[in-house]
Amino acid sequence: MVAPLVVAVTGLNATDNPGPGVGVIRSLLHARDPGLRVVGLAYDAMEPGVYADGLVDDVFLIPYPSQGVEPLRERLAYIRRRVGFNVVIPTLDAELPAFVDLAPELAAQGVGTLLPTREQLDLRCKAKLAALGAQGLPVPASRVLTDVAGLYTIHEAFPYPIVVKGPYYGAKVAHTLDEAVHAFHAMAAQWGFPVIVQQFVAGQELCVLAVGDGRGGLVGAVQMRKTVITDKGKGWAGVAIRDEGLDALTATFMKASRWRGPCELEVIRDAAGGYHVLEVNPRFPAWCFLSAGAGMNLPFAVAELAAGRAPAALADYRVGTMFVRIALDQITDMAPFSSMSTAGEIVRSEGASR
Amino acid sequence: MQRLRDLAISDTGFVFDPFSGATYTVNDTARCVLDGLKRGLHRDELVALLADRFETSGEDLSRDLDDLVHSLRLFGLVPGAFEVV
Repeated sequence: MVAPLVVAVTGLNATDNPGPGVGVIRSLLHARDPGLRVVGLAYDAMEPGVYADGLVDDVFLIPYPSQGVEPLRERLAYIRRRVGFNVVIPTLDAELPAFVDLAPELAAQGVGTLLPTREQLDLRCKAKLAALGAQGLPVPASRVLTDVAGLYTIHEAFPYPIVVKGPYYGAKVAHTLDEAVHAFHAMAAQWGFPVIVQQFVAGQELCVLAVGDGRGGLVGAVQMRKTVITDKGKGWAGVAIRDEGLDALTATFMKASRWRGPCELEVIRDAAGGYHVLEVNPRFPAWCFLSAGAGMNLPFAVAELAAGRAPAALADYRVGTMFVRIALDQITDMAPFSSMSTAGEIVRSEGASR
Repeated sequence: MQRLRDLAISDTGFVFDPFSGATYTVNDTARCVLDGLKRGLHRDELVALLADRFETSGEDLSRDLDDLVHSLRLFGLVPGAFEVV
């Protein structure tokens, strides 16, 4: 008999710049797997996913990534004793290094993951993305800066406009040196160093959610075009598309990186039909529920693979499936908030499956 | 012409391009022309189709056809050098 999946998921901060956790969990629930239980892992008592009806069975606060690996190790051990889980899916860039480091220990304790290696994480980080160009992936010209002085000669490398990016999040288009300097300081203040400066490429913004098998192959992939974009540049609506050029691009990335686990390729398709990979995010994107809705449930496939199950063959996804995000006011009473604030946990299941 | 052939066109004139994710709404005339182009009809056949379908005739049909093809080129739905022959 196959043990029920008990999946711990991070990234419950479903704000206007949402973490992927709620989308991952909705995808897991969409699979209707018998006995499935979900354990939410939150960094703050006010993360909206904590209070969503029927989303998580139990939820626990975990220490911020800045506190290092050891507090996370201890907290995960406590949660495992308290309610148990056999898969963990981290969904935020900043926490991934710690989870990757802990993956062998977790595996020894019977907790599966489907994560890249530290080397793979480094390979696709914004500061080193240009290196992927040598492996056949078209990436815009970029420079990695640790000092604002580098901006004053950036026009010699590539013309304005340019894109100024933080190491994990944030991007701002600058048309002049003044704008670039302002964006540089804003990025450094919010996200730290280095600051990445990238050549601006005009065109359609496309995204690919892909899951790699760790051997250079692809478990599955869903392509999406954002149709409504917020002032933060986040997709508020999108539609599943099929572009053979993106298929080829995704295959090239998988082959070059031997990626293991989920990732998101952010791509510009220019007017001439050329492709430019702006970023490779090392985790599920917030829109990942589209994959389940379109018939290719990649979060559930990741959970099954992490648990050591052989996932059912993935059907092709339905092109034209759309997502339209919604902002809702959730109503809750003080009890769960009180429990999260004082005990750092809400335990409903007591380890029992649904 | 693959992009044109892949267009999903509903009876109500709603068009979805699975390559770009773009959507369009077209009137009956444009829907009729798109159907004909997807079937590979030539100019004479398209004009005859429009004349029959909309009970009209004259040079306007050929000009309307060229106008629509021009729009298709602008949207990248047919190659830039495409002409109805």
